[in-house]
Parts: sequence; structure tokens; C-alpha cells
Amino acid sequence: MLEITNLQVSGGGKDILRGINLTVKKGEVHAIMGPNGSGKSTLARAIAGHPEYEVTGGSVTYDGKDLLALAPEDRAREGVFMAFQYPVEIPGVNNAYFLKAAINAKRKYQGLAEHDAMEFMALVREKAKILHLDPDLLTRPVNEGFSGGEKKRNEIFQMAVLEPKLAVLDETDSGLDIDALKTVAEGVNAMRSPERAIVVVTHYQRLLNYIVPDFVHVLQDGRIVRSGGKELALQLEDKGYSWIEAEPQLM
Amino acid sequence: MSQVVEQEKPASPQLAHYTAEYQRAIAQGPTQPRWMAQARGHAIAQFERLGFPTTRLEQWRFTSVAPIAERTFALAADGAGSADAKQTAPLSSPVAHAVCVNGRFASTLSSVDTLPKGVQVLSLEAALTSNPGLVEPYLNQLSLPQASAFTSLNTAFLRDGVVILVAPGVVVDRPIEVVFASVSEGAGSVSHPRLLIVTGEGSQATVLERYVGSGAAFTNAVTEVWLGANAVIDHYKLQEEPSDSFHVASMFLHGARSGNFSSHSLTFGGGLVRNDVVATLDGEGIDCTLNGLYVGRDRQLIDNHTTIDHAMPHCDSHEIYKGILAEHSRAVFNGKIIVRPDAQKTDAKQTNKALLLSDDANINTKPELEIFANDVKCTHGAAIGQLDETAMFYLRSRGLGVSGRARCWCTHSPATSSTGSRSLRSVSISKAS
Repeated sequence: MLEITNLQVSGGGKDILRGINLTVKKGEVHAIMGPNGSGKSTLARAIAGHPEYEVTGGSVTYDGKDLLALAPEDRAREGVFMAFQYPVEIPGVNNAYFLKAAINAKRKYQGLAEHDAMEFMALVREKAKILHLDPDLLTRPVNEGFSGGEKKRNEIFQMAVLEPKLAVLDETDSGLDIDALKTVAEGVNAMRSPERAIVVVTHYQRLLNYIVPDFVHVLQDGRIVRSGGKELALQLEDKGYSWIEAEPQLM
Repeated sequence: MSQVVEQEKPASPQLAHYTAEYQRAIAQGPTQPRWMAQARGHAIAQFERLGFPTTRLEQWRFTSVAPIAERTFALAADGAGSADAKQTAPLSSPVAHAVCVNGRFASTLSSVDTLPKGVQVLSLEAALTSNPGLVEPYLNQLSLPQASAFTSLNTAFLRDGVVILVAPGVVVDRPIEVVFASVSEGAGSVSHPRLLIVTGEGSQATVLERYVGSGAAFTNAVTEVWLGANAVIDHYKLQEEPSDSFHVASMFLHGARSGNFSSHSLTFGGGLVRNDVVATLDGEGIDCTLNGLYVGRDRQLIDNHTTIDHAMPHCDSHEIYKGILAEHSRAVFNGKIIVRPDAQKTDAKQTNKALLLSDDANINTKPELEIFANDVKCTHGAAIGQLDETAMFYLRSRGLGVSGRARCWCTHSPATSSTGSRSLRSVSISKAS
């Protein structure tokens, strides 16, 4: 589903990713871990098409298409979703209205009939229930005045409604208390399917107790320095990132 | 002692053109009451003396009217037949719908005959012919003292327009819609629409003043509003003329004791647009709201000049102007607030905000406070911002395109809060998208 080959990305005049190779297949859950400044979030944002990052080399193929040639909105319509580390407030735009426009933009792109208000509300109510989302949040402006936990839950809620084929969660766990973390993880787990790939970017192992990955990759200095199964995350938790620096393993 | 001799300026061909047009209009037009003819004579003389303003004048520093001054617009003929009935159709279910084409009342497009008791919506020409006493105490009384070339030009060519009269104590529960359509003829024509609104004590009315048109027409409009004591007027001005047109409009308000006037001015169309609002709060306890929203694109120039004259104590004024400027569009906002020596306990608030969507868009914004009283509250603020790139990316990452909703929403959030009324809000949103 996602084939990243020798991806090099710079941002703010600095080289951040220095040759990432990663293959993610349908139905898999991959965790990307790494210390601060290792390039985890840059990788997520480059996949989503953030304009502040420049791809200087390599390729990303998604579903057989050249992902890097697509505009961010077309990536979304093709089924790529990134949950933001810092969800953005859009004052004046109602959350439900925003979601309806998003889902219909995608359906239109895919040649499907747009949802009418009834179909949309039925879908939204069902998804809101899964995430224990206060229905009041639907009528409020997007993320405005939301608490940190509400914002993150709203991201996962959007993901549930938009049903992406590839979901990238950028530090969705940061700043969450244990209850919110469990709710978010439940939402993500409910989305696991043989047809969907999920990439979880996180600094801490804690989230991976709840969203158990099939593969774990450790990013350091813009490269994946180690890959393994879920036990790698536990080792990292135990020994810290310095352990990898001390014991380099060639990929 | 040397004597200063004021040199007679040789009239430019442009001014001579308007003088000739004036003489033609007087000769061919209907006979008007003597006071009206005098006002027109006075006005053309004033126009000849002033000439078109240049950017050397402070009030016109950022707006060059050379594109208007350098053309010779012919006086538009009565073009009722050429108006697009779809354009002039009412937007709401108004109690009265008055349509003027090229400044001339078009009875076939209007619906003003069955009105509630105490409400009159008339053709100005008809009123001047059959019952001039009805308008004489009000017409030109606010506009004549203004030393403005454009207002003078409007008065010099004053022939027709719309009169709205609301009797004391009458509450008009549905809006009165007035549409001015400017249909350009030949190389470009000019029309001088006039609207007179007079409301009696304790009355209440909503008036929507809308400008539409086709072609490179020059619309030079003047609106006079007499707000009765303790009366309420909700006024809307919607400007949606084509992008190659020229629009200069002045509104003069006279407020009496405890009146409540709110105006929302929405500018979406026009190539060169200048709006002047002059509100004189000539009684105690008046509440005056002047709000504006403008959306510029392409090479539009939108200039809003407002003056609120607090002549009496205990008046409140609130003013919010917001603009969104794309591409090479430009805007000017100048908000003048005068607080006279007697106008103690004045509370005046003014805000101007602009959102620039491109590096080539620009705005000049200036508050102008002249305060001569010592127990007053006056606040003003201006803010200019760019589109939030982070918000744009967030919307795009959810599949919303850069030219569609994403851009629109990033711009709406600042726009919606300036248009207080529900009805106006929906209009502004649909027009802005």
C-alpha cells in the first residue's frame, strides 16, 4: 500500500529525513518511534503533503500512485489521513459542517453520490458514540476552545468518519491522560481492518500498550536505524533511545 | 500690500463636458419646482469650482479617480427596457420593491402600490411633479452643504430616484427593497441615483439598497436619511455591480433624539468603489452602528470613508469594517469620529480589520478622531492579517480544495463576525463564496 524509497526531506533550510525506506502493507500497523528531532513528525507531514517541507529525493508510492505528485487535498481524497499532533482551530466553521464537506469532497472525487444531511448525521452519530465524543462538540467551531484531549479525540473521530485507507497518527498520544489515551486507542483499534494500514508516530511506548503494532521502527537523525516487532518498543522503554546509539545495528 | 488674486482655472474638457450635459439635461428634462432648479444650479457651479478630486486631497489620498475623470461618460438614458429583471428581482419578501434603472424609476419593474398605512414608496420625479411639498423640507438638505464634487454632480443632474416616507409610529415589519440598476450604454454612461428616506417619530423600518448593473457604467449615488426621534432604521447597502464599473456613493444621515440607526454596507462588485457615509447625531441618546464588509479581487479598489459626527451628548456609535482582499485588489478605510464640545458622555467604538489573501493585495487604513469634549469614551483599532497557512493545510489535509471551501472558510471566519444580523450574515456568506 505504501512504499517509501530513499525519501529525503528538508524543512526550514535543514535536511531532516536522509533516506527513509519503509514498506507498509494493507492490514498492518507500524509504529515509528524516535527521540525528539529524529524526523518522526516530518515523515508524517511529508506523507500528508505539508507545504513547509520539501522533498529533495526519493519516492513515495501509495496504492500504485506517485503520492508526492498529488496535492494534499487529493492525497486525502485518495484515502490518506493524518491525525495532527497539534490540531488546528478553525473559528467560525462548525465541526459537523466541516466534516460533511470533507466527506463529500472525498465521495465526489471517488465518483460516489454525496451524503445528504440525514445520511451524514446518522454516520456521525454512530462514530461519535464509539469515541465517547460529546455531541455538543459537533456544533462547535472546529477545535475552537476544545481541550487538548478533545482535540485529539476529534482527530480520531474525523478519521473514523472519513474511513481512510492509510492513517498516519502524528503523536496522537502526546498530552493525553490515561483515560483519554485509552479512548483514543479504542477508536484506533476499532479502525483496524485487513483493508487499512495505520502508521503510529510516537515518542513514548505507552500508546503501544493499547495500539499493539505489527512492526516498530526507530528513527534517528533522519534514518530508520532499527526495525523489529512489538517487543522492540518494550526494549526501548526499558533501555531508552541511547541504547540504540550504543549498539548500532545495520539494516 | 499685495492682493491675493484667485486665478480662474481654465475649465478642463472633462468639466466642460459635464457642464454641457447639465445644460442639455435642464433643457430636455421636466419642469421642476424653483427650489429644486436653484439647488441644481448651485450644485453644478460647485462641481465646476471643485473639479474631480485628486490624490493631493487628504480625503482622496489613496484613491485616484482619474479613471472616472478622464472619461467622458454620457448621461444614461432611461433604460428600463434593457434592465435584467432577474438582477432587479427582490432578495426577500419585501413590503415594497422599488427599482430604478439608470437613476430613473422603473414602475414596470417595481411593486410599490399596495403598502401598509403610513408607508409611502414613490418615484422622486413623480413626487416633485405632483406633491413637491412632501420632499422639499428634506431633499438636498443634507447633501447640499457637502463640499463634494461627486455629491454636487449628483444634485446637478437630480431628476428622479426613490422616496421612502414612514409616518410617525408606524412599524414596517418587512423590508423595503430599493434596487438601482446601471445599464451602460455605448462607450460608458453615468447615472445619478438618488434615495431619500424620511422616518417619523417612533417609527421602524428596514431598507435594503442594492446596486446591480451591466457594463462599464459609472454610478454616482446619493442617499439622504432622516432618522426620526426614537425611530429605528435598519439599513443595508449591497453593491454587486460588474467588475468594470465605477461606483461612487454617499450617504448622509441626520439622526434625531433617541433614534437608532444601523447600517451594514456590503461591497462585492465594482472596479472602483468609493463609499462615503456621513452620520450626524443631532440629538441626545442616539445609537448609531455603521458596519461594512468588502471583498476585493482582481484589480478592484474599494474605498470606505465614514464620518460620525457626535454633535450632542449621550450618543453611542459602533463601527466595524472588515475586508478580504485577494489578487491585486486594494482597499482604503478612513473612519472619522468627531466629538463636538457639547457631546459629553459620547461612547464611540471603531474597528477595522482586513485580511490579505495575496502579496499583491493592499489596504490603507486610518482612524481619525477629533475630540473636543472631555468626558467621552472613544476607542479605535485596526488589524491587518494574512491567511493562516496552518489552517489552510489542515483543511486541505481533510480533502478540501485550495480554491474552494478551504480558502473560503479561512476567510469566512473573520467575515462572519462583522455582520451582526442573521439575514445579512447569510447574504454575506453566499456572496463571499
